[in-house]
Amino acid sequence: MTVKLVVGLDGQASGERALAHAQHLAELIGDCELIVTYVIEWSPYSFQTAEENAQRHRRREEEIATATERLVDPAVAKLRAAGLTARGLVRHGDVADTLNRIAGEEGVEQIIVARMSEGGFVQRVFGSSTSNLVMSAVVPVTVVA
Amino acid sequence: MRLVSTFLAASAAALLGSAAFAQEEALSLDDRVNAVFSDVTGPYVSFIFMPFPGTDFPWIVMWLVVAATIFTIYFGFVQFRFFGHAIALVKGDYSDPNDAGEVSHFQALATALSGTVGLGNIAGVAVAIGIGGPGATFWMIVAGLLGMASKFTECTLGVKYRNEYPDGTVSGGPMYYMQKGFDELGLPGGRILAILFAVFCILGALGGGNMFQANQAHAQISGIVGDYPGVITGLVFAGVVFAVIVGGIKSIAHVTEKIVPFMGLLYVGAALIVLIANYDMIGAAFGQIFAGAFTGLGVAGGLVGALIQGFRRAAFSNEAGVGSAAIAHSAVRTNEPITEGFVSLLEPLIDTVVICTMTALVITISGQLITDPETGRFVLDEAGAAIRTIGDTSGVALTSAAFATAIWWFPYVLALAVVLFAFSTMISWSYYGLKAWTYLFGEGRTSELTFKVIFCIFTVIGAAASLGPVIDFSDAMIFSMAVVNIFALYFLMKLVKRELDSYSDRLRGGQIRRFKA
Repeated sequence: MTVKLVVGLDGQASGERALAHAQHLAELIGDCELIVTYVIEWSPYSFQTAEENAQRHRRREEEIATATERLVDPAVAKLRAAGLTARGLVRHGDVADTLNRIAGEEGVEQIIVARMSEGGFVQRVFGSSTSNLVMSAVVPVTVVA
Repeated sequence: MRLVSTFLAASAAALLGSAAFAQEEALSLDDRVNAVFSDVTGPYVSFIFMPFPGTDFPWIVMWLVVAATIFTIYFGFVQFRFFGHAIALVKGDYSDPNDAGEVSHFQALATALSGTVGLGNIAGVAVAIGIGGPGATFWMIVAGLLGMASKFTECTLGVKYRNEYPDGTVSGGPMYYMQKGFDELGLPGGRILAILFAVFCILGALGGGNMFQANQAHAQISGIVGDYPGVITGLVFAGVVFAVIVGGIKSIAHVTEKIVPFMGLLYVGAALIVLIANYDMIGAAFGQIFAGAFTGLGVAGGLVGALIQGFRRAAFSNEAGVGSAAIAHSAVRTNEPITEGFVSLLEPLIDTVVICTMTALVITISGQLITDPETGRFVLDEAGAAIRTIGDTSGVALTSAAFATAIWWFPYVLALAVVLFAFSTMISWSYYGLKAWTYLFGEGRTSELTFKVIFCIFTVIGAAASLGPVIDFSDAMIFSMAVVNIFALYFLMKLVKRELDSYSDRLRGGQIRRFKA
């Protein structure tokens, strides 16, 4: 049976480290599919102007296209070039919730993310996306240093 | 709104009147504009606000309240039957997680609320209570509850008949449902109604949604920092509005859009503090509200006076039936237009039933309204037109004084809130006006820029001058929108009924999927 792993990208060097670790794991496992995921942080409870609302669908499409083109597709191409099975996903939402949901929907064995570089006040109050994911995960999570 | 505008126009006139010689030229210019404008528009303004013979009940208020009652009955009290479902929709219980990143129901509701919650909730309610007494609160709540059905009708149609363009943007509102809905029903005249509505909407946006707001913001600021030329406020406001709507400086809009809900919560929180601090008087306040609703407690006009003021305030505050909310709500991407109708019915509830009632309760229990200790009835002013208040305050000043009885520093927060509410309303109405403008003159950069520049010019005029008749006219335009909109809704409501019946059946049958437990 094919083992599925979700890799969370963050658009930074830390995400690259997570990707490299996932690649290593996939090579060890053999029959493995990597789901390379980038989550665009988005809250349905944020406040917007009417004009922003009217343009929201277009912006969403643009955000997905940009993330796919710049982050996800190159990562998937790199994995495929290494002879691995991989596909990409771009979603909007809370990072921890979304990775968890994808893990549940896809039936993955493990989520691999990097230790996020964010810090300061926000992290102290709300915790990082990584720590939130670890606290709420439905499958094992590997946090790459 | 008209009462408030008259009050504030008078206040601004008084402020400007005491200004230096340099402003006298501006005043004389105002006078000339006033004179010309009054002659041209006076008859129309008088017609819109004309009372029924022998009363001072404006027919336009009756038009709004009767429509709200008809929609309530026609849709089987939809505002009560689907209230819980509306909350579930706002919470996102029925939102597909794969659609994350699109405009949520919550966002559409918050955007629409930022256009309606504002000066009417603070100043307008005080005017209503000052004239109609606490009993006006009861009728205000009744009108707010009925208005929920009007919002439901217009916002469902707003989403159903909006235009979706290939680039992913949307335009919606009464113009579109009048044209497309009438075509669908094979009825003539939809396009004419749409054009008429769009013209009223543009003028209403420039006036009530812009000049009036800038005018009141200046009155507030000068009340705190002292008298100074309104043109300064106008230029600052116009500059900030310009930066947001023309320059696309979203950060300003984001800050405002975040602060306004916070201010709204702060306002309700402060009202609750005042109520808790005077908890022993809450029972008596409700007693006054119910007694006043049916007897008038000696206020001007008695029971009818309370009823008129309550209905009037609710109708003017929550804009149910005006059609503006249909423009704001139409951006939600959903396969079920009626879900946005359910969400929108929360708007009059929050605006009128909650926030306006809070203001009314605070004023009632604060003891600012003077009563005769022997008879327990309210003491009227010399003209017998309004209840006497401590310090002879009215409008925003009355609300401010009522809050200050429990929280001495709150008037400063209130002044800031009024200014922010005014700015937020201007941003919202700039969009409503823009959509009406592009409906008439086409979408496109030049067309949109033209309207936005005109909008900013009117911001300066609104703050700088005390153009009473111009503001009356723009109020009349907003209610003219309601005349055209409700006329169209009577023909189109069968389409909403069809949607409601279909959705209800599928909701009961479990075909409408709930994504959150």
